[in-house]
Amino acid sequence: MRTLSASVITETVKRLCVEANCYLPGDMKACIEQAHNEEKWPQAKEILERIIENYQIADEKFQPICQDTGVACVFLKIGQDLHIEGNIEAAVNEGVRQGYTEGFLRKSVVRDPLDRVNTGDNTPAMLYYEIVDGDKLEITVAPKGFGSENMSQIKMLRPSDGLQGVKDFVKKVVEEAGPNPCPPIVVGVGVGGTFDKAAYLAKKALMRSVDVRNEKPFYAQLEQELLEEINALGIGPQGFGGKTTALAVNIEEYPTHIAGLPVAVNINCHVTRHKTEVI
Amino acid sequence: MAQVKITTPLTREKVANLKAGDSCLISGVIYTARDAAHKRLCELVEAGKEMPLDVKDNIIYFVGPTPAKPGQAIGSAGPTTSYRMDAYSPTLIREGLTGMIGKGKRGPEVVAAMKEYGAVYFGAIGGCGALLSKCIKKAEIVAYEDLGAEAIRRLEVEDFPAIVIIDSQGNNLYESGRADYLKTL
Repeated sequence: MRTLSASVITETVKRLCVEANCYLPGDMKACIEQAHNEEKWPQAKEILERIIENYQIADEKFQPICQDTGVACVFLKIGQDLHIEGNIEAAVNEGVRQGYTEGFLRKSVVRDPLDRVNTGDNTPAMLYYEIVDGDKLEITVAPKGFGSENMSQIKMLRPSDGLQGVKDFVKKVVEEAGPNPCPPIVVGVGVGGTFDKAAYLAKKALMRSVDVRNEKPFYAQLEQELLEEINALGIGPQGFGGKTTALAVNIEEYPTHIAGLPVAVNINCHVTRHKTEVI
Repeated sequence: MAQVKITTPLTREKVANLKAGDSCLISGVIYTARDAAHKRLCELVEAGKEMPLDVKDNIIYFVGPTPAKPGQAIGSAGPTTSYRMDAYSPTLIREGLTGMIGKGKRGPEVVAAMKEYGAVYFGAIGGCGALLSKCIKKAEIVAYEDLGAEAIRRLEVEDFPAIVIIDSQGNNLYESGRADYLKTL
């Protein structure tokens, strides 16, 4: 049994919060640059140019790519042969507190959804735990902005709605979102499970690189088809028209009940940020 | 596409000349406000009290910036989604506000007020907070410091890039831009 001090978690989360907010992942950069090369509508091309310029400035100045530095979504994959000394949740929240206050990030969390008083340090994090084999700890920090989060939806489809029902719902969500979530977007889709599991899968799908397709050929094909159909809608970067409405569609699926077909769509903007470290 | 230089104050005459799709560079003084500040401003108007800023012929930028690092005027400062301000914008437009900068759709009640009183809705590129912050030369909090990122700030901007999304006649770039693009397919 390996032992790890919770203080290491704090240090790591702190660093990941700042780095994730200032450095856009390489897969996103490559995807945006390819979209820029392929985009023919002049205004859309111009906006993609500005988006590229923006993340280059963020890189150079080590400055947040976007002012909405998000709620800190923290995914922990804990090896079952690892013993953590200290309280995991407290350690993560301390990392978020230090990262957001010392790293010049915006504090965007309110302590209660109705009284809406800012917690002042961006805590608490949204924590997701997974127990896996081994004695390592994998930490992913994904700052999630709410311009796109607010445009996300979930629907309990009937089994008879089938594949077409899923596709129609995903496109409906993107259409209704229009310019609001800062397109070009990344579309995370969760299919199956329960009401909450589908939403979790949709969020998890956004953690996958945009250049990696679902392992199952059927879903990989569906991801590609949906991307093409979404990019035929004409919404375009920022909603001013163009081809590049979405950069990727990532789907995660899971077994479900004989009576159900839950579908969740979690939208992310062109600043889809996440950084992972294994301890 | 026209490239228009705008210097604040944004008078009704200047507003009347702006058309959906115009690409603008704004210079001068503008103010920031988002959800919480809008709520407070509208409560003051309803109570017949004076607001901490004169909105007449002014532009409000829907933004909550990141904290400035030492030596910076402001941190990253891109637009937030505007529809959350729809409940409040008509009140401020009636009080004389002539410009709003944000991103995303607006409700019919906002467009109706814009047409009636003469106001324009600009879009700045969402998610480009690092880039846009370069056009902000000075920032100072003028009200509601307790709101942190949501406090009202007075900004001095130079050639701040913004596109007219909805003009004072109600023309909408989200509709026309997309339709024009789809016609080319």
